Amino acid sequence: MTRSLLWRGLLAGLVGAFIAVTFALLFAEPQIDAAIALEARHVMPGMAAEPELVSRATQKTWGLFTAMGLYGTALGGLFAILFAALHGRVSRLSPRALSLLLALAAFVVVVLVPAIKYPPTPPAVGLHETVRLRTAAYFAMLALSVLAAVAAGWTARRAHKLVGVDRLLIAAGVFVGVVAIGQLLLPVIDEVPADFPASLLWQFRLASIGTQAVFWLATADLFGRAAERELARPA
Amino acid sequence: MTTRTATHPGPFAAAAPAARPIPLADIAPWAVFAFVVALILLYFVSTEQGAFALFDGMYVHEYVHDGRHLLGFPCH
Repeated sequence: MTRSLLWRGLLAGLVGAFIAVTFALLFAEPQIDAAIALEARHVMPGMAAEPELVSRATQKTWGLFTAMGLYGTALGGLFAILFAALHGRVSRLSPRALSLLLALAAFVVVVLVPAIKYPPTPPAVGLHETVRLRTAAYFAMLALSVLAAVAAGWTARRAHKLVGVDRLLIAAGVFVGVVAIGQLLLPVIDEVPADFPASLLWQFRLASIGTQAVFWLATADLFGRAAERELARPA
Repeated sequence: MTTRTATHPGPFAAAAPAARPIPLADIAPWAVFAFVVALILLYFVSTEQGAFALFDGMYVHEYVHDGRHLLGFPCH
């Protein structure tokens, strides 16, 4: 059973990612192009521009499809495993409803919460020298968010004597508390150039988070439908 | 009156009685497999030729460039 769920998760993630790419092509690529145009203007006249290793045309088509496809496949597989472990254990939700709720939780834990501390940045934002610090800080934030979610789930399980709404409130409180303290302790990173347009930054970040939302919604619905059919089959 | 919640289970209630959980022993090996696959794929999308580099040059970085920015990973 796990094997067929995992297979469907990997596939749903891949297809979900491709659906998200169509959104990204429409809403995010114009912002990335605008940011790169700004970046190019900052190169001193007379200074030789860096040779283009991969053309923009490749980056925004094959490159984007590949990156999103790999990301979607990876997350889709993990999503399927989480679904398999939670199905029938934590609630009486139907497979489709569990899938959608799980995706909402994943979107908050994996995308929104890390983005509150370290929001996605367009090209021309971010110093090359600090990429190691920024990578470490970003993954620490991601790990912290996942740990906070696990702690919240554990708390909800322990508080089984309370009514449903109170358990939800306590779990949410644990999650927000752990995340807030962690975000306070993690280093501040602010490398937006002073002359970078605020509106472009906002548009890029909105498109980036929108792409993720499309990915999670599409993946969860595709996976939920497939899982419902799979689980209804007599074993 | 006391069984209101049972007769009005809400929009997210299951139509069927509680499903039988999949045994964890059945999930474990696939979980390890999915985790390892995800780790490798995500490393190349998020970090290769950024903070770390297994291969020389910047080709991987430049190829996944747009995805890396969009997915919120630190890029340059």
